[in-house]
This record gives sequence, structure tokens and C-alpha cells, in this order.
Amino acid sequence: MANKTMEGGQALIRCLENEGVEYIFGYSGGAAIPIFDALITTETKIKFVLVRHEQGAAHMADGYARATGKPAVVLVTSGPGATNTLTGIMTAHMDSVPMIVLSGQSVSWMLGKDAFQEADIFGITMPVVKHSYLVKASNEIPRIVREAFHISTTGRPGPVLIDIPKDLSAGPCTADLHAEMDLPGYDLNQSVDNDTILEIAEALAKSKRPLILAGHGAMISGADPILLALAEKARIPVTTTLLGKGVFPESHELSLGMLGMHGTAYANKAVCECDLLLNVGSRFDDRILGQPDKFCKDATIVHIDIDAAEIGKMVAPQITCVADAKTALDELIKHVPVLETTSWLKKLDGYKVKYPLKFKRQGSLKMQHIIDEFYKLTDGKACVATDVGQHQMWAAQFYKNDSRYNWLSSGGAGTMGVGLPYCIGAAFGRPNDIHVCFVGDGGFQMTFFELATAALHKLPIKIVVLNNHYLGMVRQWQELFYDDRKSGVDLEGNPDFVKLAESFGIKGFNLRRPGDVKRVLQTALDYNDGPCLINCEVEKTDNVFPMIPAGAVIEDMLIEPPSVKLEKPTGST
Amino acid sequence: MLNSDKSMHTLSVYVSNKPGALARIAQVFSRRGFNIESLVVSPAVDGHFSRMTISCSGDPSGLDQIIKQLSKLIDVLRCIDHTYDESVMKEMGLIKIAVDSEGRSEALQIAEHYGCKTVDLTPESMILQVVGNPSKIDALEEMIAKFKIIELVRTGKVVMTRGEEIT
Repeated sequence: MANKTMEGGQALIRCLENEGVEYIFGYSGGAAIPIFDALITTETKIKFVLVRHEQGAAHMADGYARATGKPAVVLVTSGPGATNTLTGIMTAHMDSVPMIVLSGQSVSWMLGKDAFQEADIFGITMPVVKHSYLVKASNEIPRIVREAFHISTTGRPGPVLIDIPKDLSAGPCTADLHAEMDLPGYDLNQSVDNDTILEIAEALAKSKRPLILAGHGAMISGADPILLALAEKARIPVTTTLLGKGVFPESHELSLGMLGMHGTAYANKAVCECDLLLNVGSRFDDRILGQPDKFCKDATIVHIDIDAAEIGKMVAPQITCVADAKTALDELIKHVPVLETTSWLKKLDGYKVKYPLKFKRQGSLKMQHIIDEFYKLTDGKACVATDVGQHQMWAAQFYKNDSRYNWLSSGGAGTMGVGLPYCIGAAFGRPNDIHVCFVGDGGFQMTFFELATAALHKLPIKIVVLNNHYLGMVRQWQELFYDDRKSGVDLEGNPDFVKLAESFGIKGFNLRRPGDVKRVLQTALDYNDGPCLINCEVEKTDNVFPMIPAGAVIEDMLIEPPSVKLEKPTGST
Repeated sequence: MLNSDKSMHTLSVYVSNKPGALARIAQVFSRRGFNIESLVVSPAVDGHFSRMTISCSGDPSGLDQIIKQLSKLIDVLRCIDHTYDESVMKEMGLIKIAVDSEGRSEALQIAEHYGCKTVDLTPESMILQVVGNPSKIDALEEMIAKFKIIELVRTGKVVMTRGEEIT
């Protein structure tokens, strides 16, 4: 249907409606004014959320997408407005999260002439987007929006940027709003090779000690029900990556929890001792491999991934399958027999008993205690956002997830500052659920200004600041590997977080003693007048275990604090 | 021609003719420490698409990853490695040498041997145009170096598979 009177910006908003967009997170600015005006003139039902910093907008859209599986839109202006989204785009890209970033741009005839607030955001973001567009004509907008959503949400999802010069969002758009896509190079071959599936089934049938490793790809494809069915039918234990938390119920007897650098001892021992590893939708990240050439070296490795470029990138699997995880498992389950794994499962159960995740409830207040209590009080049903660092690893260990979309955490990028905006984005997307963010005092201060956004919209979020006055993960490394030389980790000068919250009109609680944990958390959970913040003064120098030093073999996992001085790790960070 | 140098690779890439396509492709190489030695871009028969021939050097074990990453780009329709196949590979070179009447006949003899055309001639210089596989141009360069080479421009190689197979 052609339209004769619309401006580019108005056509843009109509196209976003057609894509089912519910929320736009953003920040206005000169080059984006025609688009912001169109939010009014089109009388759209799309809700716009004005944030306090563009990075917050990008992380909120990311959190919204992780919590709902649907893409949200970021709308910012040119130059600094656009560059402020960069960390958010990179974070989404590393974790395959769908996101559409719309940036205003200088008028097209000034491009490349250092116009006011001009930045080549198309060029700057190129390495961290799935795809990007610089609009060249107003009539391109409908086609570009359609392509952007298609690219962002299909295959291996990722962020797509659309840079729109101001004269083109203001100029007339007469194109059909349901324009045809033109993507001859975007091949979404979803078929599964049946011979490969049979080969995997045969390998599984022969294996005595099989292990499933489920990653974010399995979650994105909606493979959780079939994964559960497969594991139960064939009696195969399951471990997940950090981002795979929830794709397999962690309270299930076949679950080994998270593997990797700070994963459970029993998951990592299972990786060492399995004779077949079936990786479904994980990219063999360096956090889980230890030393790539020694990873599972005596086991048959099977890798199912939708992205052909992930196959053979880190390890050399014996059987590979480029496919959507759900489609592949739907086929695989038809051919997998019941496996005789009783003794294998018994052995792993023994490890669970021998090496449980543990902490002391007495003495100083522990982050683990707070997270564990929160898990119990919410019956494991909360949508949990984390920031990055020690608290993130403890949250991964102690807040078990039984369903997908309830674990929002920056994995690949390890971006500090995501916790609060993730939680805000998730609360917009799922207003009827319990939302908590566990944040450290470091990461929280990177984006705490979004407290204003949370307060303004009275979002029912619980902000748990696990405050140890340190950048704890780096301090832990310095203690273990650098003779406890603390460098650049002491966060002296922290504000009073309760007063800070109160200044935004947000209810604040202090938590200092282990004996108060349950009572204070319950009070916070019962609070129902918008967001609240719990400042938890926790032990300053606790360390996360188990730990596999970066680049070490998994067998060298430290289950307890080491008694001898350790060599500096050889792996990356 | 079989490329004997294992660290040199020749890829053909068939891409949508869209802004930024070249930059995205170049980034795949630079991020993985590959150096692009030559790059030829030209419109394909269908003007919506471009044809690129890329010669690059780097660790052969990384090439597979490069090809996959290139194929993954939205603008790329296909990427084929021609390093070890029998495709036709051609390149053109222009060589400007300093030569006066004394050396001219010897220079022309060498030029004739390599099937060169003399495309510019002055009392003190000449420009030779040579077309052939890259090793032929290498050989000419070596032979003609007895004269002073003022400058040398090579187009970079272009490649096409033999028979009915597409490049």
C-alpha cells in the first residue's frame, strides 16, 4: 500500500509497528528530532522510554530481548548519542541478542564533512553488529526496517544498526510499507542432514559416559522442552553454559549446573571423564575450555550449532552439524535409544555429594548467603539480572534457573553496568513477574543513573547491591596470582547507596548481618510501591571457588582456596 | 596454476553491490591477522553484484575460519578458495623503466619474450604492459631489473574457474 503524505520518520514508526515492536528505549537529540516527532504525529501505540544515558537504552533493549525473546528498539541521536550505545551493541552481539538500533545522523549532504554531532556510526559499529544500514533515501526505509528485523531475529540473532540522516527521516516516503526484502546473500538453510543425525545417535548409543552441554543457542531456538525429553529418555546428564542457564531445569536430577571457570566441580569433572560430549548451541567459549587442545581429548565431541563459523573454531569435533538446535534435537530424539548410564550417573551423584557448592552462613555476611536466600524466598521463579564479577558467578552458582529467559547476564562481553538496565528492560517486557538484579558496587555505579527510569515507571524491581567495596574479581586474581598486590581495585569513595536510592524516591534497605538476611529480603520482596534497593555490606575479601585458572586444564580446577602460591595464568583474563 | 606458497591464498567473493560491503570484508581479514596482498573489485554480469578476487597471506589454519566468516556476512553470496584448484589466474602489470637508446633494443628483446606491449616510449624511458599469470610478471620483473625500474603497478590477480563451474 503506497502512501503519499508520510515523512520518512513516520513511515519508520509505522514499520516498527508492523514488526510488533512494543518498546523503544532511547534518548532524543537534534538529528533524531523528525523521528521523535513521528512518535507523536503517528499516534503510535509503541511506548517510548526515555532513559538517562544512551548506554542504558541499549542495555535495556538487550535485557528486554533476553527476558522475552523479542527484539526491542533503541533510538538515539547522531554523534555521541550513537557512540554511547556502542558498548551495549557489542554486548548484545557477543551474546547473540536481537536488537534494532536506530540512530539519527547529520543531513546527508553534510556526511563526511565533520558536521555538528556527526560520527561515522555505521563504520564504528561494523565489527560489533550482525548487519547495518546507512539510509540513502527515504523510500528505502520500509525495506531496510523489514530486512533489519529479519536479520536480527533469525539464524544466529544479533544487533542491527540503521543510521538515518535527518533530511531522510524528514523527507517524504512514498514506498510501500510492506516492501519486499532484498537479501540474496542471507542464507537461512534450516534443514538438518539426516545422516549426521543418525551418526550422532549411533555415537550416543555406543557411549558409556555421555554428557550434554547446552548453550544459549539451545535457548534461543526454544529447544528446552525437547532437550529435557531427550535427556530423560536417554538418561544423559546435562551441564549448561552461563548463558544456557535455565534451558535445562537446574533442579533436575540430571542437571550438573554450570560448567567452566567458576562452574560446579561435578560439571567440570563430568567434562573431564565423559566419553561423548554433545554440545548443543554453545560456541566452546574460552571460559569453559581451559586449554582448547586438551579439552575432552579422549571423548567424542559432537557440535550442533546454527552458525557454521563456530564449527571447528575452538576445538575439532568428530561429528559436526550445522543446524538449529531444536530442529536437530527433534530429529535426534527419534533415533536415540535408552542408554545404560546408571553407573555414570551414580558416579556424578557421588561428585555432587563430595564437592557441593557451599558457603558459611555464620561469620561475616556472604554474597552467596544473600543469593541463596533470595532463591529460596522466590522459589526460584524470579527473573534474575546480574552485573559482571564475583557476584555474577555466585548468582550463577546459587540462583538455580528452571526455565528459560530468567537469567540475564553478560557472558561473552563481560560488560559491567548491565545489571540494572537489564532488570529494567526485563520488567518492561514482563511486568507481572518478580525481577531482581544482583549487582556489585562497581558495576552498579556505572549505570545507577537509570534508577530514575526505574522510579519514574514504578517498576517492581529488587536491586540487590552486593557491596564489598572492591572490584572483587580482579582483587581475587591479584590475591591468588599476584601476591595479593591490590592495584586499581579499591572502591573507596562509594556513596551511601540507600541514601542514593532515596534521592531518586526509591525505597532503600541496609543489610549487614547474616541473621537479618531472610527478614530484610522478605521485606524487600513484600514492598510493592515500585523499585527498592537493598545495600548489602558483605565480606570484602571472599573468593569464588571452584576456579579453573584461565588457560589451565580443567583437571587443575581449584575446588578449595589453594594453600600454595599459584603461577600467573596463561589464558586470557 | 598450482600455488606452491601455502601461506598465500586466492579467494573469489561474490557480493551484493552495497555500501560498506568492502569494509566488512576487509575487517574479517584484519581482525584475524591476515594481510590482503591484492584485491580486485569489479561489477558482475548482473550489476547488482560485484566480483572480488582477494589474494592474502596468513596462517593457513586460519583460512577456513576466514572463509566461513566471509560467507556469514549478509552481503556475501559465496566465497570460494582457489588456492589449490586449477582456475585461470591472470594479472596485468605496467613497468616503467629508465632506458635510453643504448639499452633499448635489449629491453625490447626481453619485453618481446614475455609478450609485452610497449605502451609508452620516450628518449629516456619506456612503459611495458604485461599480462599473464602472476609468476610470469614476477619473472619479467626479475629480468628487467637490470634496467632501473622507475615504477611498477600490478592490478592484482583475477581468477575464473575452468569449464562450466562457477567462480
